[in-house]
Amino acid sequence: MDTQQQHRQKHLVLILAREFASNLSTPTLIADAHGRLVFYNEAAEAVVGRRYADAGETPLDEWLAPFEARTTASGPLPPDRRPTRIAFDEHRASHERYLVTSADGVEREIEVTAFPLFAQLDEFVGIVAIFWRS
Amino acid sequence: MRVTIWGCRGSVPTPGPDTVGYGGNTSCVEVTLRDGTALVLDAGTGIRALGLALAARGTRRIHLFLTHLHFDHLEGLRFFAPLWDERVTLEVWGPRSPVQSLHDRILRAFSPPLFPLDFRDVPAQVTFHDLAAEPWQADGVSLSAALVLHPGPTVGFRLETHSSSFAYLPDHEPALAGIEGRSPDWISAGALARGADLVLHDAQYFEQEYDAKIGWGHSSVAHAVAFCRAVDAGRLVLFHHEPSHSDRALEQLEERARELTRSGESSPVLAREGMVIDLG
Repeated sequence: MDTQQQHRQKHLVLILAREFASNLSTPTLIADAHGRLVFYNEAAEAVVGRRYADAGETPLDEWLAPFEARTTASGPLPPDRRPTRIAFDEHRASHERYLVTSADGVEREIEVTAFPLFAQLDEFVGIVAIFWRS
Repeated sequence: MRVTIWGCRGSVPTPGPDTVGYGGNTSCVEVTLRDGTALVLDAGTGIRALGLALAARGTRRIHLFLTHLHFDHLEGLRFFAPLWDERVTLEVWGPRSPVQSLHDRILRAFSPPLFPLDFRDVPAQVTFHDLAAEPWQADGVSLSAALVLHPGPTVGFRLETHSSSFAYLPDHEPALAGIEGRSPDWISAGALARGADLVLHDAQYFEQEYDAKIGWGHSSVAHAVAFCRAVDAGRLVLFHHEPSHSDRALEQLEERARELTRSGESSPVLAREGMVIDLG
């Protein structure tokens, strides 16, 4: 297994998370330990307005930027309050209610739960984020 | 690199006239390196006869790599002759659980009520190693391990020299997370088997048997063929034979594997006790 293959192979925990997410009707996304969005499910595609197969792997922050996250008081939601960023940077679960602008241009209130994935020996392999539409 | 199969039965030993052709011993494979170093993959009951052979050869340094600790991959270790020879150095490598080291996990099988002796009574010099993320190297061979889809912490192995590669996936159910339509990096053990010259892969069930055993951690013959195709592997050796399958049933399984094989792909063969595959 060369270095490139090692880099490309998804950890088994991510493979299982993807299979789990692909069977959920709740919008769910998965990012790897490098902060790259590596999958979102069909339910999320309906919110995003774009198929994952068309989007492909991309930095999570870059992918989230167009949603213009705002607090429920319509102020900017700082990155360090965003559940995905907390799960990724601080390796802990986080939940937040906030406003986003969806692909159709409509502002929606959502709740996001994000949590880190640890494999053996507390190896951090990525995060899962679930979007609960109000 | 020479691969010798000492046990290829799945789940439980099945001695008897109906299984004598392909063998009833559980998983154990020997890989011999150019300098005579013995690498042993799994410690099913096949390791008992291998231990006698290693003792007869005077082999004193042995590396044992365990894919996981289900009994059919561990139960022969207690009857492995080199373990009872104080001149032998045995290095045991395997997956830890999320909460316990390999050493602590194996000791449970070496204590009452499962075994009359305690591991402290073992005369060989035994060292346990939790498998690391980095490849293990010896005599021009690189051995990589990665977690694969099977209940409990389970790894597969890839052994590679400058001229050949071999993947060992005796207990593996990649279909549970998808094979077809997935790129190899999203398939369990995809990188381990990718482009390998030889793959020993779980093919415990006929397709119709698998339908009643989804999630048990094993593959149908169709999934084994599909997996090798998806990762562009070479020769497929069907491994981890279902205990209820007689030699005749296994030959039907091999026929089914060949039906599923496409033009240009090498024909799958059944693993058999005593089979030797020289990879050069």
